[in-house]
Amino acid sequence: MRLFVNITLGGVAEGLIFSSVALGLVLIFRATNIINFAQGAMAMLTTFIAFSVLGKGVGYWPAFLVALACGLLLGGVVQLTLVRPVQNKPPLNAVIVTFGLLIFLEGIAGAIWGNTNRGFPAAFSQKGLVVGKTAVAFSHFDIFIVVAVLALSILVGVLFRFTTVGLRMRAAAFAPEAARLLGVRVGRLLTLGWALAAVAGALAGLLVAPTSVFSPGYMDLILVYAFTAAVLGGLDSPLGALVGGVITGLALAYVGGYLGGSLQPIGALVLLIVVLMIRPEGIFSQPTARRV
Amino acid sequence: MIKIGPLPSWARLPRQPLLRHLLFAVVGGVFFYFLTQSLSDFNNFELGELAVYAIAIAGLSVLTGTNGQICLGQGAFVAVGAYTLAELEVHQSINLALQLLAAAAMAGAVGLVIAVPATRLRGPYLAGMTLLFALALPFLSDKYGNFFGGDQGLTVLPPSAPGSIDPVKWLTWIQLFCALVVMLLLANLLSSRFGRSFRAVRDDEVAAALAGVHVARNKVIAFVVSSACAGLAGGLLALSSGVVNTGEFPLSLSIFILAGMVLGGTGSVFGAWWGSILVVYLPNQWSQSLGNTFHFNHLVSANFAVIAFGAILIVMMLVAPSGIQGGVRWLGRRLVTFSTPTEPAGNISVSLQQAAEPQRSHDGSEAEHPPTDSGAAG
Repeated sequence: MRLFVNITLGGVAEGLIFSSVALGLVLIFRATNIINFAQGAMAMLTTFIAFSVLGKGVGYWPAFLVALACGLLLGGVVQLTLVRPVQNKPPLNAVIVTFGLLIFLEGIAGAIWGNTNRGFPAAFSQKGLVVGKTAVAFSHFDIFIVVAVLALSILVGVLFRFTTVGLRMRAAAFAPEAARLLGVRVGRLLTLGWALAAVAGALAGLLVAPTSVFSPGYMDLILVYAFTAAVLGGLDSPLGALVGGVITGLALAYVGGYLGGSLQPIGALVLLIVVLMIRPEGIFSQPTARRV
Repeated sequence: MIKIGPLPSWARLPRQPLLRHLLFAVVGGVFFYFLTQSLSDFNNFELGELAVYAIAIAGLSVLTGTNGQICLGQGAFVAVGAYTLAELEVHQSINLALQLLAAAAMAGAVGLVIAVPATRLRGPYLAGMTLLFALALPFLSDKYGNFFGGDQGLTVLPPSAPGSIDPVKWLTWIQLFCALVVMLLLANLLSSRFGRSFRAVRDDEVAAALAGVHVARNKVIAFVVSSACAGLAGGLLALSSGVVNTGEFPLSLSIFILAGMVLGGTGSVFGAWWGSILVVYLPNQWSQSLGNTFHFNHLVSANFAVIAFGAILIVMMLVAPSGIQGGVRWLGRRLVTFSTPTEPAGNISVSLQQAAEPQRSHDGSEAEHPPTDSGAAG
């Protein structure tokens, strides 16, 4: 029972990290019908920048903010320079470009920081809390993960639902031509969308790094888990990404806890196959008809 | 611009795709035979590797270029083929041809499992799923180390050559022979009913379905063909590397193969050779010589190939999405025009047949990319 509780708690914290990467994937997919396979690698790069800033001895929180700011910048620059030219090309072109960016950024990070496994500091203690008299596998850092990801999700929700910019972004994603006719700067808003998605990714990068080995490829698996989560949630629903992330996190935690950690990627593959076979449109997706 | 008038009938390429492709394959075979005779052992070994990667790239190229799907984990299917061949060699002693067929069949079967759920939908599902597959596969060999030989992997003996033939040359011949056969089969596949429905599905799934094409089955067939090619390549790769372990098949292999396809020319069977040159030479010789010229430090030289392949993928997609083969075709069209021979009067049946068959480019494939339908984002 205690094992089950501990695995569940760990799964929730891990799952919320997937949620935050999945949120970035969904934000971009909703607006541009592109899955950004470089989402993980971009987060890796900003986390490495934070790592270098930390090395200067400025403390954790300035480095944290630098990473988020770099994410914002990187997301915008990537959209403007690489994604915009393939925006109206066949969807495969964008897949290949973002996939190329993934490996390119990993190579760059390897060339600058090396391919060795490092450690990345956590914002808070990673020792398990003591509830009553028993220690549980849920630390201050896990609480921070929960708070940070939920705060991010609420911010995104508020932005989309209650602000003018959010309304315009929804309009630009939903009906680009009509929005453009009404004076919405669709291109700029797409850039903003990519920038915001990259911030969600940068946050995830900072949250994952302390819990795993820290090397240029450390976000690869997180990215595909987040993809699974996003598909589970319906690919175009931010709420779905959040819930999908937690479900994926729990499922993988049980696979890892009871069957062995090295089966987790296979578990994710099986989960993805099952989702696509049973409910391919995801849990939260609106049923849509594709226009011919 | 050079204008060439109607060629005499003996100088024209055969009109039937099968004969035309067979002619190309035989000419290629003769060319490679004399090439292998003049090369050193090491160069022959490299030529064999070229053939192997060309197989994997050609399969992917058919999938992406003519069916509009993508596999980000082609390297994982190569691994499936390599492990299949190695397991067969460890446990059973069966004929090499059967081993290679089994490698292709196994990878095709795994491809079927991936393709059936992923191809039901239009969208990025197959791309994400194949990437997940490529990342997950090495963990299986960690988990079942006894079966897959753990970190050391499994050893594979090179095939014994008959008579007094040099074993390296023999292996190169086997690899080249397989490559030519696979390309012949792929080129014919593309000229067949299947190839036409592949392209129909790529261009417009709804229109294809209305025309009676079974869209999902079509996409599954294309994916299985592509993974079987990768599996065969894996089996052949195992023969020349002599050892099969997970270190041989990192994610970067999948990326190299994809970049090779993009550079060579997506959808072109022949273009796979250009891409294969890149995959064989860039990670080793070219990055070493570039490193020596520009004095890379060890971190840069360790990551140079990966950076270069990433940059190639991005730049090619932005600047020249039809690849080298697309450029070669463009150049050919600009420089030389063949005027079509006039049909002799009275031979109506032939011209009718010709009219029914759409005109195809010489190697039976097309470099054009699927038209966009992502304009209306939702």
